[in-house]
Amino acid sequence: MTAWLPKDFWTRNETLVAGVVVLFCIIAMLSDPRFLTITTVSDLLRAAIVIGILAVGAMLVLVSGGIDVSFTAIAVFAMYASSVLFLAVWPGAPWPLIFAASIVFGALLGAINGFFIAFMGLPTLIVTLGTLSVFRGFLLTFIGSQRISDLPPAMRDFSRGVLARGTTEAGNFYSIPWAALALLFVIVMTWFILRKTMLGRSIYAIGGSVESARRIGINVRWTQFFVYVYVGALAGLAGIIHGSVGRMADPFSLVGLELSVIAAVVLGGARLIGGYGTLTGTLLGVALIVIVQNSLIVIGIPTTWQSVTIGLLILLGTGVPAYRAKRAASRAG
Amino acid sequence: MSSDHDTAFIDLRAITKRYSGVTALDSVDFTVQPGEAVCLAGENGSGKSTLIKIISGVEPATAGTVSIAGQERPVLNPRISAAAGVMVIFQDFSLFPNLSVAENIAFATQLSKHKRFYKSAVTRDIARSALDRIGVEIDLDVRVETLPVAQKQIVAICRALAAKAQLIIMDEPTTALTEKEVRRLQGIIRMLKEEGVAVIFVSHKLAEVLEVSEKVVVLRNGKKVAEGPASEFDTQSLAHHMTGRDVPEVPPSDVEAGAETLMQVAGLTKAGSFSDISFELKAYEVLGITGLLGSGRTSVAKALFGLVAPDEGTITVDGQVTPTGDPQAASMARIGYVPEDRLTEGLFLSQSILHNVTIGRLDAHSRGGFLDMAGLVAEASDWLKRLKVKAPDVTAPVQSLSGGNQQRVALARWLSRAPRVLILNGPSVGVDVGSKADIHDIIRDLAGQGIGIIVISDDLPELLATCHRILVMRDGRIIDTLDGKSVTEDQLARRLAS
Amino acid sequence: MTPRASKADFTKTPEFRLLIIAVLVFGLMSVLSPDRFLSAQNLTSMAFQFPEFAILALAMTITMMTGGIDLSVVGVANLSAVVAALILTQFSDPSMPAAQSAFWLSLAITAAMCIGAVAGVLNGALVAFFGLPPILATLGSGLVFTGFAIAMTGGSAVMGFPDAVAVIGNGQVWGIPVPLILFAALAVLLHLILTRTAFGLRVSMYGANPLAALYAAIDINRMLLKVYVIAGMFSSIAGLIIMSRANSAKADYGSSYLLLAVLIAVLGGVNPYGGYGRVIGVVLAVLSMQFLSSGLNMLQVSNFARELIWGVLLILVMVINTNALATLRASMTRSPR
Repeated sequence: MTAWLPKDFWTRNETLVAGVVVLFCIIAMLSDPRFLTITTVSDLLRAAIVIGILAVGAMLVLVSGGIDVSFTAIAVFAMYASSVLFLAVWPGAPWPLIFAASIVFGALLGAINGFFIAFMGLPTLIVTLGTLSVFRGFLLTFIGSQRISDLPPAMRDFSRGVLARGTTEAGNFYSIPWAALALLFVIVMTWFILRKTMLGRSIYAIGGSVESARRIGINVRWTQFFVYVYVGALAGLAGIIHGSVGRMADPFSLVGLELSVIAAVVLGGARLIGGYGTLTGTLLGVALIVIVQNSLIVIGIPTTWQSVTIGLLILLGTGVPAYRAKRAASRAG
Repeated sequence: MSSDHDTAFIDLRAITKRYSGVTALDSVDFTVQPGEAVCLAGENGSGKSTLIKIISGVEPATAGTVSIAGQERPVLNPRISAAAGVMVIFQDFSLFPNLSVAENIAFATQLSKHKRFYKSAVTRDIARSALDRIGVEIDLDVRVETLPVAQKQIVAICRALAAKAQLIIMDEPTTALTEKEVRRLQGIIRMLKEEGVAVIFVSHKLAEVLEVSEKVVVLRNGKKVAEGPASEFDTQSLAHHMTGRDVPEVPPSDVEAGAETLMQVAGLTKAGSFSDISFELKAYEVLGITGLLGSGRTSVAKALFGLVAPDEGTITVDGQVTPTGDPQAASMARIGYVPEDRLTEGLFLSQSILHNVTIGRLDAHSRGGFLDMAGLVAEASDWLKRLKVKAPDVTAPVQSLSGGNQQRVALARWLSRAPRVLILNGPSVGVDVGSKADIHDIIRDLAGQGIGIIVISDDLPELLATCHRILVMRDGRIIDTLDGKSVTEDQLARRLAS
Repeated sequence: MTPRASKADFTKTPEFRLLIIAVLVFGLMSVLSPDRFLSAQNLTSMAFQFPEFAILALAMTITMMTGGIDLSVVGVANLSAVVAALILTQFSDPSMPAAQSAFWLSLAITAAMCIGAVAGVLNGALVAFFGLPPILATLGSGLVFTGFAIAMTGGSAVMGFPDAVAVIGNGQVWGIPVPLILFAALAVLLHLILTRTAFGLRVSMYGANPLAALYAAIDINRMLLKVYVIAGMFSSIAGLIIMSRANSAKADYGSSYLLLAVLIAVLGGVNPYGGYGRVIGVVLAVLSMQFLSSGLNMLQVSNFARELIWGVLLILVMVINTNALATLRASMTRSPR
């Protein structure tokens, strides 16, 4: 009956997280029938776009066997710097150009991480911890520390663009913004890289065993370098979307989210030791975190308990597989 | 000779390699013909790994010429060497545990063709045809981490074949294999040779590969000291060439009559690992436990020290039942355990010799919560002197010592706790032939002082040289108890394989 | 182990480089802004500022020695402070007689320390018994602790303490700030624990090779439990200092201290993969950071520039301490393309 399922289906993290998401939705529907309406879902989707893009990047780093805590700083740096740049140089620029600039900024900052990690061999956590401070400090010292609310008009136009909008029969307004397409684009592109290119397979291989990768001739340095540049570019994209949709370039936003994003990715089954992580799992992890952040109240838990809930989810989501692995190891003797 | 050089796949002439003043290889000539299997033997530090590094392009030679496939290669790196068909299978196989069998086999091939895109159908085809070539069936889609060791080795061989290997270099290929798996490996090697693929075995346990090899080359201190047809060598003569001296092994002296019983093991059982293990160990006695890999010998050893919790059974030391599944309790009962893998299990490599020796004695040297540092140093120095460890300074990291001295440090740790029972798992694994004899001396000496010793090993000469009694295990059970003095190596080998 | 030999060794250690950095930074700041940087007022204010995050860095240090990390230190600090603050505001008020408020204060401190110990037991159990990677265990538990602090206070600050509370963060004994005394005491204590006790040696040994520690019959679970309890209780003390200096307690105080504590520990030469670390290195790293930020403050450099400089310093020290430059050279020459 379950022949079409992967053999390890029932023990996978993805299944566990999907189960929790479904369970949450069922309870939420029972306590508030309006929960599963297009209005709520489109609200959740909007909230998931920026975190989702960042999480895809964080997943890639974990798969390669590293960890990156600087991507939020990159996102806010790229967003703010490109906003400032275009306000000064060409306020009327079309949004794709502004977006491209932010992505390039992100990629450049990612390249700095990549340089220290891939070419100087420094530990990833330490490097990105350092660059988190550097990027943020540089932004706030030399570029600006004021919130900018009169962004280039094209950015506002972008945030007004919707794929679908409407009003439900109950009179609730909903809309799915263009930005959702960006998330979709990132997912498809990352899926393609990871599943269909040798580069993507090399990222998994390096995560599985760096030494073996070197021995069979994978160019470990350039592959790692690519990972950090790509993550930087994704962060730049996430940052500019965050700024556009929020209609404000706030240099203090996003930073502080990095550990929650990593938590979402790990909930989705990526392992800190590298080599393991899927897009499905990552998106499920993001879904779980976003639902808890936005809809906890629906199932009767006051929002003041949000932090406790997420913390417990992380402990359960990582604790159950860890404990199972520990038991299996001790049984094997 | 010149025709040899003309047809050779690998032709090294007068290769010298120096590392900052130290000569690792001194003007070595080395040839491998297509379809030939060569045993490259030598102790640790003899230069055999350096030779392999030069052939595989990992390191350049200081002087001399390297020709591969009839072409001189003044510039060599791993890519060039691999493109010419030289594939190295390291002891750890260098596989990707998280990737599928198919991908592990096909990855290197795809890379060398400069493929940018990954096609799962192509990958599976490559893997399937490599497996077919040696007639082995392994599920292409399972992750390599789930495979047993022997199958991982086959995956590694298939990877080399898929990459059009002309020469496969295997580093310690039989260490982790059971007898049956070694037979299968020999079959695969024969098949490869028929297809014209050459093989180099790098090993210091050569008995298993001698019979499928044509040629033996022995290195010692960077020089080639022996070369000839494999039929002219046996284990004894190899050991002689590797060490430069004959290694006579003194059989153990008798256990004193009326020696007290130290340890009683009764009905030790763990589902899936071992069942109904019962034996007694006397003071002054060396007891061997042997069996093929997977026979449960290591699980039993770990269970005796509490690292594996048995489902049933009791362990009694000095008349006192010790709790099972608890290393601290075993240690309190004065059982010591020196693990097989010194580097990962036995020692704290980056830490000082002092700390490595005294880690088990810290509580005994605590005064009011604080350590008596002078006392610790004095005790450690004393043990190093007694075990003849040449160490400049007890604060030096243990990784600065040679393999034999490291093993002595691991021994000193347990000896300092005055053990009643000492379990040695593979006491001379990875130790060169010369130090091996020294370690056997130490074992006999310790037994002479009244310690009960259990030696876990599949090295038959080692068992015969040290043990009074030998328990043979198969499928988790003790199938025989042999007298160490009367049994011969042949009898023991037959009992193991039966 | 002649004195001369050990002295020669010391110049090669990362701690010696840190000493040079600390002295250089101090010298530079003294030259750039002699009358203000060296003023008694500035020196005292520095001594009040750094102990709170320096103590968190000490907590981070001992967990990193085992190859772990404690991302819950700030959460524990705030939860401890909130519990202490709630006890103080519920049961005492500023008009109470000194003896009575001293009683409630000591009760509040005890409660805070208990919170730290319990949090440490929880972290230790997650890491030791359930086998969670420390980074995830403490990330999750940190959110839970912060979450409890939010739930208990509704997210707002708790204030209105008796005067005695101010002693912890703002008091002086013989002219020495109390937080500095607390930090010095804890640093000496941790140094002695790590270098002079059986437990401390086991911590380094376990950090160097966990598997060998298992085979050496070290009681790993109990050791890890102790490590995280010590980290938790150190965090509680830091929380009390923060509470006293802010004269209030809130669930999200000191959120920038988490990464700062990791940064200081690594800057201080602690190996984040375990096995090596010295308290003196961490102390020197803390002093360098504080000299740098105070000095920059004198020079009218913004707070944000300090963050920038910290990050640069961290990476710079890593480049010097590891053979990163050699790796770089190798990767430039060896790379086939």
